[in-house]
Amino acid sequence: MSHASVPHDGHSSHADAGHADGHGHGSAEHSKYPFLAHHFETPVQQFDSAKLGMWLFLATEVLFFGALFVAYAVLRSRFPEVFSYGSHYLDTVMGGVNTCVLILSSLTMALGVYFAQRGKRIALVVCLWLTMAGAAGFLVIKYFEYSHKIHDNLVWGPSFYIPPHDAIGEAESVALAHAPAPAPAAVPAPVNSAPTGVPMIGARPAVDASVIKPASIGPGGLGAGVVNSASAVTFDVIPSQIPAAHLEDPNMPPNTHMFFAIYYAMTGLHGFHVIVGMVVIGMLIYRATRGDFGPNYFTPVDLVGLYWHIVDLVWIFLFPLFYLIH
Amino acid sequence: MTTIVSPRPEALDTSASTDNYLTFTKGFRSWALTLDHKRIGVMYMGAVLASFLVGGIFALLLRTELLTPGKTIVSADMYNQFFTLHGAIMVFLVIIPSIPAALGNFVLPIMLGAKDVAFPRLNLFSFYLWIGGAMFTLYSLAAGGFDTGWTFYTPYSTTTTTGGVIPVLTGVFILGFSSIFTGLNFIVTVHKLRPPGMTWFRMPLFLWALYATAIIQVLATPVLAITLCLLIVERLLNIGIFNPSMGGDPVLYQHFFWFYSHPAVYIMIVPAMGIISEIISVHSHRQIFGYRFIAFSSIAIAMFSFIVWGHHMFVSGQSGLMNTIFSLISFSVAIPSAVKTFNWTMTLYKGTISLTAPMMYGLSFLFLFTIGGLTGIHLATLNTDVHLHDTYFVVAHFHYVMMGSALIGMIGGLHHWWPKMTGRMYNEKTAIIASIIIFVGFNITFFTQFMLGSQGMPRRYYDYQPEFQIYHVISTIGSYIMAFGFFLCASCFVQSLLGGKKAPVNPWGGRSLEWQCSSPPPHDNFSSPPKVGNCYDFSMLRWDEKEQGYVVDKELEAKSIAAEARGHS
Amino acid sequence: MTHSHSNTANEGHPLVGHLVPVSTLVATASALLVLTVITVAVRYIDIGEFNLWVAIGIAVVKAALVACFFMHLRWDRPFNLLVFIGCIIFVILMMAFSVLDTSQYRATQYTGNPPVAQETLDANAPGAPVARFKPELNP
Repeated sequence: MSHASVPHDGHSSHADAGHADGHGHGSAEHSKYPFLAHHFETPVQQFDSAKLGMWLFLATEVLFFGALFVAYAVLRSRFPEVFSYGSHYLDTVMGGVNTCVLILSSLTMALGVYFAQRGKRIALVVCLWLTMAGAAGFLVIKYFEYSHKIHDNLVWGPSFYIPPHDAIGEAESVALAHAPAPAPAAVPAPVNSAPTGVPMIGARPAVDASVIKPASIGPGGLGAGVVNSASAVTFDVIPSQIPAAHLEDPNMPPNTHMFFAIYYAMTGLHGFHVIVGMVVIGMLIYRATRGDFGPNYFTPVDLVGLYWHIVDLVWIFLFPLFYLIH
Repeated sequence: MTTIVSPRPEALDTSASTDNYLTFTKGFRSWALTLDHKRIGVMYMGAVLASFLVGGIFALLLRTELLTPGKTIVSADMYNQFFTLHGAIMVFLVIIPSIPAALGNFVLPIMLGAKDVAFPRLNLFSFYLWIGGAMFTLYSLAAGGFDTGWTFYTPYSTTTTTGGVIPVLTGVFILGFSSIFTGLNFIVTVHKLRPPGMTWFRMPLFLWALYATAIIQVLATPVLAITLCLLIVERLLNIGIFNPSMGGDPVLYQHFFWFYSHPAVYIMIVPAMGIISEIISVHSHRQIFGYRFIAFSSIAIAMFSFIVWGHHMFVSGQSGLMNTIFSLISFSVAIPSAVKTFNWTMTLYKGTISLTAPMMYGLSFLFLFTIGGLTGIHLATLNTDVHLHDTYFVVAHFHYVMMGSALIGMIGGLHHWWPKMTGRMYNEKTAIIASIIIFVGFNITFFTQFMLGSQGMPRRYYDYQPEFQIYHVISTIGSYIMAFGFFLCASCFVQSLLGGKKAPVNPWGGRSLEWQCSSPPPHDNFSSPPKVGNCYDFSMLRWDEKEQGYVVDKELEAKSIAAEARGHS
Repeated sequence: MTHSHSNTANEGHPLVGHLVPVSTLVATASALLVLTVITVAVRYIDIGEFNLWVAIGIAVVKAALVACFFMHLRWDRPFNLLVFIGCIIFVILMMAFSVLDTSQYRATQYTGNPPVAQETLDANAPGAPVARFKPELNP
């Protein structure tokens, strides 16, 4: 690709300006602009460097999320029915409101950059607080969404099929853990390992293949017929008062838990970025209130703005990909 | 526009005695909190060499264990942990940071003519991230070790009962960010901090190589980071994205992992290629042949590296279609690599070769990289790979490239810039003997493994058939020879630090900017703005007996300027 | 108020960066909100395969708006745009190869337990999942 095809990006001309009196801290540019670091010649050079650095960081963020989008694509192309089924358990209203909240907080952030450039301190601080409020609002709505899901047992992994906070489930797990070794002798009980995986099937039946539907049902699964009917029995006997309504749904496609696995992975990572965003915006508010920023120096506001917009941008894709599947 | 003026060395010498980066400020804090890229580079170098020692000890233990079939010194479980640690330490703690973070940090801004990297604080932060990552990796040993292999393939890595898996994953995650920040810093530095006159095509080829490497670091490493996150979540919370019994896909893990780790192979080798470009042309005192081809082949390798990862997965259950596609594309990497090799050979041709220690490593590189590269073609060929996959042939191949090329390139670069870094010369004779011993030991160790592999000895095995023993014994002896060579090399450096001759400004006759500032360089790199010329035009340099180094000859310089002017008109 | 006020930068020509007028920013946000409403509405119309592509298309337009106006890419140095587009190309590359591969080998893939594991399960605990699960749930 042609990174090399942008030979000069206009930098040398700026460098020339401050070059007359050589290097060192005493140059005219440096005494004129106290924020100018010693190894830069002009404010423009410093600003451009910071911008490019931030864009490269955003590129890493894009690839960071990108891998999860790839996982999403692979899973969705493999289980399309799971995604269109699972999507109906997500609350479109809440998701839509959250999208709007993020877009508006992006707007206030962009306005914040504008006011920083114009040197309007009060307006900048107000905009940053509004952005902060947007971020907090997003997280509050997200919290309600998550807690509803978890209450309804719409979670990832094996727990998807075992109602949480349910004494029966707990007791069953305990009983199974102390069961008189139905496991094949060849498989030693793991002591400190993750409770999953094929080799552990004998040792941890409660959370393993015994309750996970894909272990038994699947388009190409072996012995699908036998265990399929068995699984159906499982769902017949689940009492109706259990909040996990999806377990009573005979039409639930196998592997539905995978939808929630990728849902929590992606929205969780995005939520983490929102939290990080709140921290850096908080730092900005502190500095802006102190009066650090003005028409000549607003780089931190600009960079945090870029970060905040990319968080918005990721959500712009997450929203239709999870909430709006027909 | 191309008046090539080189500053008089004597003019720079005066500043050298008063101000150099090593003695600019004193005390532990002045190093621990330094923002000076040179000091950060030196600290990286120390840390990387220490990790190299640890990784090397594990390698020797492995080779010793393999002297006899069955148990020799350690149990099979211990052996699994040893090879895992050897791999993880050498890849993540040594080779990946060795050239960009250690040598690159020291050399890049000076070569470029800048006062520092673009983000000095980020640079220091990335060093401490490295330390943090290394700490987690060490902690994983205390937490029960890990035996997953450095590739952490699922589902084994999510089910193994060794307790150190999560700490090491965290450690590698942190190391990844250290690498990202170094790369980011370098890209911005190259773009924005070039002084007037330093155009893209006047940059030394090492800078092109570091630039290409930085692109890979920035674009590939985040994918590793998220993959490791998913692996940790998989182990802790059983999320199941890579777990086949839950509908997940373990091959997807390998796609993710190799989307990073194949480009990572080029994070290791491309900067070494850059060093070799410098060494070959400086020490044969001849204009580099095909400058633009070498420069663009670095970028081409960086780009190709992203579309060949599937050749690691030919027998992992990857589909036949993708196997074919990846096999086909993999061959394309051979083109830029060969472009480089031919250009280096052409540079040597009719050059005035000085067989200095860096040059010895440079020539070793050429030889070893050719073998390592060509055996890569066997492995990229789909049907041969099915036979050779996961055998010692693969082990030998990547050691020829990772160690015989990347690490030898790093050691060569260290010899090349040692006088500049420390201001001391080393005993050239000892260094040359050490390089020969390393070369011989290396070939004894790893060439045997090609034979082992082609006869079917699988890698990572604790036990083997008796008929393989002779090869294992030879290989182990070779590794001992190589270890001796490295100790000799290290003793040479220690001796230089304790009582080496004072280094001249330009001991090898280089023309890039770092050979214009004093040895060691001043705190701000250049006391006056550097004059940028053609960094591969050696015609104006002559050996000065009094200086014990190369100086610019006025007459030759005038001639060279005239020649250049004729060439332009 | 702030220390840099002494250097009064010319209106509209800041020392560094580009000043994007408030009206442009508000217009961008309005467009984004309208597009959000559209994309939600489209969900309820069944156009088969195209639902996905329309949703992604609208998301791409929204992303482009955010990048161009909120993130100043329209006025920024072209190399920053190249970085942004470049990294997206790499994500698409990874996605294309991975999805192509998984769609190829899917036909030969077991979704359940490997045969041996399932056999072990059946032999040691006949009808395991159900047999154990049922009595616990019906006390």
